[in-house]
Amino acid sequence: MNTPRFSTGQRVRIADRTPPVHHRVPSYAKGQVGVIERVCGMHGEPEKFIRGNGMPAQRLYRVKIPQTDLWDSYDGTERDDLEIEIFEHWLEPAE
Amino acid sequence: MSEPWGPHDVGGQDGGPIDVSDHGTAHWEWQIDAMVRLALKKGLITDFAELRDGIERLTPDDYENSTYYERWASALAYALVERGVVSEQSLVEKAEAIRVRQQSEAAT
Repeated sequence: MNTPRFSTGQRVRIADRTPPVHHRVPSYAKGQVGVIERVCGMHGEPEKFIRGNGMPAQRLYRVKIPQTDLWDSYDGTERDDLEIEIFEHWLEPAE
Repeated sequence: MSEPWGPHDVGGQDGGPIDVSDHGTAHWEWQIDAMVRLALKKGLITDFAELRDGIERLTPDDYENSTYYERWASALAYALVERGVVSEQSLVEKAEAIRVRQQSEAAT
């Protein structure tokens, strides 16, 4: 299919929105900035499916977010990351 | 942190102690599991994502007070009614018939 919009190492922001259907972005990750850890290929995407249009494959990425950005009370090291898989339409380039 | 979407969206919140005891699996739970897999195989539902959607539409009270397979059962009923495979009326009538039968069995 089309070429990936983002590449490994690129900084991205996860959209902060709440579509009223099953979606795979937990609220704690919404609005966060991370780095593309890898491009995971094309996978069935449930949001579109629920609207009755089949389950079209969408580009999926693994995004790396510092734990200290996610949790105010995080007491691990600053090198700890969360890696979470996010579909392309949730991502925008970030500074 | 954005507003949670539904009662399941609890990542990062304090969930309290976790009950790790073996609950076993009741016969009706295997039956629900079988019905879901049959519905998938027959194309009545297309993916587990459809069940997830139904589970996430439960009210917070229903979500909290339902067991794993009770949530599956609710979501399967929701999906099958939405797709017109069964009517809500027929489900309500069947549930009522079962209730009446159980009451008469309990009375004897």
